[in-house]
Parts: sequence; C-alpha cells; structure tokens
Amino acid sequence: MKALSQKRRHPLAAIALLLMGLLVTGGLYAVATTVNQAKADTTTYSASDVEEGGKLFAANCATCHGMGASGSQAGPSLVGVGAAAVDFQVGTGRMPMQMNGPQAYKKPAQFNEEQTKQLAAYVASLGPGPAIPEAGVLDEKGDAANGGELFRTNCAMCHNAAAAGGALTRGKFAPALAGVSGQHIYEAMVTGPQNMPVFSDANISPEGKRDIITYLKQIEANGSPGGADLGALGPVSEGLFVWIAGLGVIIAFTIWLTSRTS
Amino acid sequence: MSSTTTPDAPVFVAKTTGGRITDFVDQRVGGSGILREFGRKVFPDHWSFMFGEVALYSFVILLLSGTFLTFFFDPSMAETHYAGSYTPLKNVEMSVAYSSSLNISFDVRGGLFMRQVHHWAALLFVASVSVHMLRVFFTGAFRKPRELNWVVGSVLLILSMAAGFTGYSLPDDLLSGNGLRIIDGVIKSIPVIGTYTSFFLFGGEFPGTMIISRLYMLHILLVPALILLMIVMHLFMVVVHKHTQYPGPGRNDGNVVGYPLGPVYAAKAGGFFFIVFGVVAIMAAFFTINPIWNYGPYDPSPVSAGTQPDWYIGFVDGALRLMPGTIGDWKVEQIWFGHMFTFNVLLPALVPAGILFTVMFAYPWIERWITKDNREHHVLDRPRNAPTRTAIGMAGFVWYCVMWAAAGSDLIATHFHVALNDVTYWLRALFFIGPVIAFIVTKRVALALQRKDREIALHGRETGRIVRLPHGEFIEVHAPLDEYKRYKLVGFESPAPLPAVPNEHGVVDRKEKRRAKLSRWFFEDRVAPATPAELEAAHGHHGAHEAIETAESKSLSH
Repeated sequence: MKALSQKRRHPLAAIALLLMGLLVTGGLYAVATTVNQAKADTTTYSASDVEEGGKLFAANCATCHGMGASGSQAGPSLVGVGAAAVDFQVGTGRMPMQMNGPQAYKKPAQFNEEQTKQLAAYVASLGPGPAIPEAGVLDEKGDAANGGELFRTNCAMCHNAAAAGGALTRGKFAPALAGVSGQHIYEAMVTGPQNMPVFSDANISPEGKRDIITYLKQIEANGSPGGADLGALGPVSEGLFVWIAGLGVIIAFTIWLTSRTS
Repeated sequence: MSSTTTPDAPVFVAKTTGGRITDFVDQRVGGSGILREFGRKVFPDHWSFMFGEVALYSFVILLLSGTFLTFFFDPSMAETHYAGSYTPLKNVEMSVAYSSSLNISFDVRGGLFMRQVHHWAALLFVASVSVHMLRVFFTGAFRKPRELNWVVGSVLLILSMAAGFTGYSLPDDLLSGNGLRIIDGVIKSIPVIGTYTSFFLFGGEFPGTMIISRLYMLHILLVPALILLMIVMHLFMVVVHKHTQYPGPGRNDGNVVGYPLGPVYAAKAGGFFFIVFGVVAIMAAFFTINPIWNYGPYDPSPVSAGTQPDWYIGFVDGALRLMPGTIGDWKVEQIWFGHMFTFNVLLPALVPAGILFTVMFAYPWIERWITKDNREHHVLDRPRNAPTRTAIGMAGFVWYCVMWAAAGSDLIATHFHVALNDVTYWLRALFFIGPVIAFIVTKRVALALQRKDREIALHGRETGRIVRLPHGEFIEVHAPLDEYKRYKLVGFESPAPLPAVPNEHGVVDRKEKRRAKLSRWFFEDRVAPATPAELEAAHGHHGAHEAIETAESKSLSH
C-alpha cells in the first residue's frame, strides 16, 4: 500500500488511471452488448431460401424498403432487423402495409408460411438481427405469476392490464393481445414493431418472455370467471352498461308498473 | 290509542289468537293509527317518479350484499403471498386486503356473485340518484316548499359518490391504487396544506400502510350512516310536503291525485324492490364487473392503460385529462416564492366539480330570487313550459357529459379509430362551446314545442285527411282535442319578465336592476298558453270544420 501511495503523484499516474477506467467501462459494455446479441441469428437457412426471398422482396417490398432493403423515403432500411421482425410483420399481415398511416393494421397474412420463411431468410442474410425464437421459449409452461408481474410492469401501461389494448398518441395504439400466437408475441418483444419499444434479453430474459407468454395464454384460456367481460375495458364499459342496459331495463319496468293507471 | 278504557265500558276482545296478539301490540304502540295515516297517503303515478325508489332499493341491496362482504374482507395492508386458487397470481406478493378480495372472488361460495351484486348495485345507486335529480330539476320540483329537500338530495348525491369511491379503493388492486394515486396527486396540488393533508390521510407518504383500513371504516360505517340519516330526512320531508304531480285536469297546488299507499301502491313498491333486486342479480350473474384478478396487486410503479374511475367520478378524471400542461408558452404549473403551484392538477380537479355542485345547491334560491316566486308549487312544470330553466339544465348536463366523455378519451380513440390528440382537442373546444350550443338549442326546441302545443290546443290535431269544398278549396281536416288533453296543453303558467321594482326607499338599487335583467333573460322569449278567449275564437273556427265533416260524412253515407 505504501508503494502505491508513493507513486500516486507520478506524472503517468493520471494516464494509468484513465486507461484503467476506459478498460473497465469498455469491458463492461462489451459484456453487456454480448448479452443482447447472445440470441443473434442461429437458425440456418438454405441458399435457395435466401435467393427466393430476395426475389419476393424485390417484387413486393422494395418499392418502399428499397433494393437490397437499404431503405427509402417511404420505408426504413431492413438491414439488421433480423428474421424475427420479418416473421412478425409479414406473418401478422401488417406488411405489406395496406395504407400509410400512424400505424400498420393487422390483416390476413399476404404470404404463406413458406414465402414468409424465404423473406425472413433473405432479410436475415443482410445483417445479424434477432432470430425466430426457438420452441423452448414458446411452450407456455413458464411461471404465469411471474409473467403477470412482468406484464404489469412492462406491458400493461400500453396494452392494458387485461391485455385488451389501449390508445397511444396521434392515432397510434397498442393492440389487444388475445388471439396473438406466442411466437408473434415473442418476436414483438425482441424487435419492437410499430411503436413498441424493444425488450432486449438484458431487459427481460428469454425465461421472462416465456413467463409473459405463459401468463397471456393462461388468462386467455381462463376466460372471464365473472361472466361476460364487456371487452375487459374496465369502468368505462361497466358504466356504459349500467346506464344503458341496467337503467334501461328498470325504466321499462317503471313504465310497465305505472302504465295501467294513467 | 284514541279510546280510553273505563271499568264499565265494554272491553273489546278479539275472536282469534292472532287478533288478540295484534290488539295487544296495537294498544301499546298505536300501530293502527300510524298505518291509517300512512296507508292513506296518496302518491301520484308516473314512471319518472320511481327513480328515487330505485335509489332506495339499490341502497338496501348495497347494505345486504355489503354485510356479506364484510364477513370475508380484511382491510389490512400487511404483505402476504397469495395462496388461493387463481393460478396466474399464485405466490405473488400482495396486501392482505387484495388477497382477501381474491378469496371472496374465488374461494368463498357465492362470493364473486355477491361482489358483483354489490358493485353493480353501487353503479345503479348513483345512476338512479342522478336520474332522480335530473327529473326533479327539469320538472321544477325543487321549488317552494321543497328547496331544503333538494339540498338533502344533493348531499345524498355527494355521499353516494363518496361511498362509491371509498369502496372502489378497498380491494387494493392496481386499478384502485391508481385511482388513489390520482386523489393523492390532487390533494398534494392544494397549495400550502396539500402535502400535510396527504400525509395525514395516508399516514405518511403514499401509499403507506393505513389508507385501506381508514377507507374501510369510512365505507362501512360513517358514509352509510350519513346516507341513512339523509334518507330518513329526505323521506320525512316527502311525507310532510306530499308528492308533486304532473299537471292535469283536477290537479292543483292544493291536492294530490293518485293512489293511496295501501294497499295498491305499497304492493307495487314492494314488488318493485324485487324487480330491482332481480335486475341487479341478473347483471351480477352474467356480466363481470371490476375483474380485480386482471389488475394484479397494487404497486406504485405500473399504471395500466384504460385506468378509469367508476362512472360517477369519471367527469373529474375527464377534466384532468382535458387540462393542458401549457397554454401557449405559459406553463400552467408555476413556481412562486420557491413553492410549486400545480394549477394543471388543482384547477381541473376542483373547479368544474365546484361550479357544478355550487350551482346545483344554490339553484332553487337563484331561480326564486329572479322570479320573486314565493308561492308553493305542487304541480310540476313540463320541461318545455320552463324553457330557460330547461336550457340551463341541459347546458350543465352537456358540460358534465363532455368531461365524462373525456374520461374515456382513450377508448373513444381506439374504438372509433381516431387520434387521441384530436379527441382531446375536440373535447376541449366542446368544454367551452358545448354548454352554449346546448343552451341555445334546448331553449329553441322548448319554445318550438310550446308553439306546437298552442297550435294543437287551438286548432286540433292534423288528421292528414284532405277535403275538397264545393267551391273547389282544399282543406285539411283537424280533429279537435278532448278537454282532458287540451287542459294539459293550456294549463300552465308562463311568467312574463318582472321589471325592476323600487325598494322601500323608492330606489331601484343595482341588485334589483340585475335581477330585472336576469328576469328578462329568463322570460322574454315566451309562448303564452292559449287563453279561454282564444280557444273560444278558434272553436268557432272548429265549428266550421265540424260542419264540413258532418256534411262530408252525410254525403258519404248516401
């Protein structure tokens, strides 16, 4: 210790300290980013998949996303978005986009499974990005209670605690999650489609994502224990119901009760 | 107990055991006298008179179902791990209050049904109180001698909202916690005393560990006791004042035309209780309300989309949503003397509700001052026959509804596929111009309806039958009204503006001038009811029509 304290006024001490600091931050950053990319594309696609995908892309997507998916005024570059993004956007019918607007609407998928896979293969070949999740995280056998807590903390502020959806600014919205496949939910979390933020593996671990999917599937399967759920929209639909149906029926009865005498 | 028994007078002995028991009780409590008095009380029959009853019955349902819930609810905020049968929350850390609410829903037999009965009845309670008050307002039933009963009714409305809100917060789920957080924010926005008040209420920084048990005491003890007290006062005054009635032949401010309480009306009212209970029970059995298991335990960090209060607090939430944070470049939140003044919370939370309730409480006196009407009124106004009052009521109603709609702005945006921002901008505009439009439109509609009534009273109802006269003229045959119907159309008061009157010093003071101006504003647009002379003149005209008709029917019968 004495040696160290004697050398602390050495002319090179400041440089040494700076170097040490840089090494530590750089090292930590490297570790942190590798955690994020740990799931980078591991699926293997055949060369023909990539080639066919390229043709499909040129015919259907390049108008907006540009040749070679390098982006244009009308659409962003897709280099590095990964297969997961393609599988989500094309698989849920959001892409090709029906019309320009604040947000792409879900619609019947325009490509079949084979074509979607080929498009994904092509886009994945352009640069590393999130891959289509493995079956292990989609088995819906995680911890639903933990998934519920993660969902309420990370997702409910836009998607609603009962996953019934909600409004965002300027015509954007978070859709309801009932009926969305586990794979698409997982892909949405890792790629952040439309106005959704990315939930990287450092943010919510693959295990946590599995729990969230388990939770969503479980509440969907449970149905509504208390009877018709009125859209699971909370007090607004309940208030509307009591005013229109509840009070309406009661008014009908009051008219019936007083009708014979007047 | 009108008869005093003397030793030599014949003593009445009932023939049956039941009769003897009844007589025994009656001689000691005087029940027959009470029954005679109440059984002969006359109530006019009209469907719009029954909302007060609906409110009363909802309250009884609330007491019954609420008592059941208290057997199983534990208002403690101590932390526990859920061990009940709802798996998506298994072993989640939560308060005992939330855990016991979940147990009522999933592990107590009939518990979920009772919870839903209680909550639906609560929504129906405030709704029926509101509709009852709208009926009283628009028919002018608040006029002398019923001003104080209007005040008691207004207090009941506020108490019913307080009962609802304290109950809404009890399950300690995410939704109710978010609601409490808003209340905490509103309290803290009050300058100087806000923070102290919040700490006092929550027993420390929000959320603390006290609030649920404190709200529970208010919810099951203080508020229902006050409601009960107010209901007793309310009904006592109804008995003293007797019920109002709609205008009609033979009805005036000195009588009440209707059925006596016993037996017909009592049977109807008793049956109606079961109808209301039945409607609430069907709603509770088939429609979920407040699915607390969806929301999860309260934790101050998450806020769910679609977080709204129950409908009766909605207008305050809507006002908060409509308030901008900046107006132009001016920040609504200001720092003065080193203290934060959060006007963007304080103003929308307190001012619109304050205006609504102040006008509501004061309205009978405002109208009485303008009209100088000090007479007793037991015959109601048809809303069209008091155009300005109806227009004022509609302006207030629309103002309330704009704020109410704003509380659901996010759902309006998602369900009608419009931008949330646009919904907010439109509602902000309507907040100011909506009541003005409502006032003008309502007043014009009321005056037009009065003119139509006058037209019908004078010339009868258009039959749509066109008759050609011998000289070639075409006329439409008007069917004359029978006298009962005509009475309804002509038997109302239409006050003219009351000019300013000098006071005892012979001076027209400023206040009186203001009153005269308001009186002109109230009554200058008026449609006077058809006078007997006008009816007579029109009747002569009718005579011609009838002559034509008889001539025509004769010619047809040939």
